Amino acid sequence: MTNIGIKFNPKKFHRSQLKFHIFLTILSIFMALPIIFIFNNAFKPFTELFAYPPRFFVRKPTLENFKLLFNFSAESGIPASRYLFNSIMVTIIVIVLTLLISSSAAFALSKLEFKGKKTFNRINTLALMFVPVAVAIPRFLIIVNLGIFNTYLAHIIPLLAMPIGIFLLKQFIDQLPDELIEAAKIDGASKWRIYLTIILPLIKPPLVTVAILTFQTSWGNVEGSNIFVDREALRTLPFYMNTLVSGSGNIVAGAGMSAVAALIMFVPNLVLFIILQNKVMDSMAHTGIKN
Amino acid sequence: MKNRSINRRKSKRKLSNIKESPYIFILPYGVLFVILIVLPVLVAIGLSFTYFNTIEMPKFVGFKNYIDLLTGDSVFLQHGISNTLMYSLIVGPIGYLLAFLLAWMLSQVPHRIRTIYTVIIYSPSITGPIMMSVVWKVIFSGDQTGYLNYWLMKLQLINEPIQWLQSPEHLMPIMIFIGLWGSMGVGFLAMLAGLLNIDKTLYEAAYIDGIRNRWQEVFYITIPSMKPQMLFGAVMAIIGTFNASGMAATLSGGTPPPQYAGWMIVDHANDYGFIRYEMGYASAITVVLLIIVVIFNKISYKLFGDN
Repeated sequence: MTNIGIKFNPKKFHRSQLKFHIFLTILSIFMALPIIFIFNNAFKPFTELFAYPPRFFVRKPTLENFKLLFNFSAESGIPASRYLFNSIMVTIIVIVLTLLISSSAAFALSKLEFKGKKTFNRINTLALMFVPVAVAIPRFLIIVNLGIFNTYLAHIIPLLAMPIGIFLLKQFIDQLPDELIEAAKIDGASKWRIYLTIILPLIKPPLVTVAILTFQTSWGNVEGSNIFVDREALRTLPFYMNTLVSGSGNIVAGAGMSAVAALIMFVPNLVLFIILQNKVMDSMAHTGIKN
Repeated sequence: MKNRSINRRKSKRKLSNIKESPYIFILPYGVLFVILIVLPVLVAIGLSFTYFNTIEMPKFVGFKNYIDLLTGDSVFLQHGISNTLMYSLIVGPIGYLLAFLLAWMLSQVPHRIRTIYTVIIYSPSITGPIMMSVVWKVIFSGDQTGYLNYWLMKLQLINEPIQWLQSPEHLMPIMIFIGLWGSMGVGFLAMLAGLLNIDKTLYEAAYIDGIRNRWQEVFYITIPSMKPQMLFGAVMAIIGTFNASGMAATLSGGTPPPQYAGWMIVDHANDYGFIRYEMGYASAITVVLLIIVVIFNKISYKLFGDN
């Protein structure tokens, strides 16, 4: 009778978990199929991509598609490495700036007293519902009027205001005891010192979460390249991948190349998430919505 | 001499006052927030009452855009609104329930294997639109070399290949399928973490109090203990589904897709905004979308919020 239902977060395998394992295994295989498919297609030689009947798994893996992609892009004037460089640079800058801006704001909104704090918090919670694509037009006009159309900043600035980042960080900082800050104040520490030496080290888990979310939005973001930039050399990888896929008229002919492209887009995401997922879970647990 | 040093000290104190002001901490975010979120919404509302072709100055036209949109725009009414609502009302709630169900199952298996399942189940939502165009276009390809057609023909369920991505009646179900496949996003992670952090003693107490089965356990303990994460998941699900755009065009390979199948509100706005340059009209469309999203979020706050 005791412990019958207390099966959450178990330490080891028990027969009663079997049904979950069966279901989850089948589902995982199903969910992973397209991803496995991309890995296989990326390494398929030309003959296998066109083979009839179509084959799911690669027989004779080759790096042909990778070479093809880079040769193809070299001929089109702007090498793929340029897009890759743009993407990496934009993503790194966006992550660093987002973390700085969001964490300092979240610290103030959680632990400092000032006029308008409650209102700001409420508006920010409301802004969680914000749908960025819905206001692409005004954003475009604002970007043009700021004079950053066709610059790197047009990629970076629109991604910096992240209500969900503030939200996650603030909820986490709310859980830190006020005594910590009081003690530091008595010792004569300034607010910046408190922020830099006490808060920042303690909020690593939600910072990692925000970093991952920012990476995902920035790395896959096509809005910047589509709307805020029209110079080819300033565009980023996902835009290039999209043109590659839709531009290469025949679906199957470009399949190998686009699989390689998708792989390049996907793998960094996956690796980052696998490495950091424990911290993500930690911080997600503190996602309370309070007004 | 003395005066000057006092002055200097004063200005130093002033500087440190500014440096210590709480406003300095939120200033960067506050500015960006206003420029990128508050202002665009206000501009959109303002522009929605004008005729604006980006070349001439905006001309005030009152409610004309809204009247045209809600009475005369058959593409918007028959396709944009209905597709968006259908997609959101199916992918949103089902994806949400699925996320909870999966998180609940995952919380009941040991840590190491759970990590593996979680990564796999979460991975589709980080692959994004690129994956869609690459994988799904090949799988649903319309000729006999398309994977789905080949398998169905091999199983003798169909006799000749089906034009999956070119026929209006198939495109929408495929979009919903893909939407569900990628719906285990941030909300799912939050729910899983919430589940894992429920105090175990709550369950022990409940068993002493006579809770009998898993259903009671889920409804009386599990869900109430993770309400914040449930709300967060709901908000994320709503935003995720209403954000969908460009899917039909990518899959079918053309804008607009055949007979406007799978045409979303955002597609419609982008069409008027960036192809026809009717910014006023496009803004009216986005305002309507924002209103719809806010309404749906209000409902979820009512359902899952604390008050």
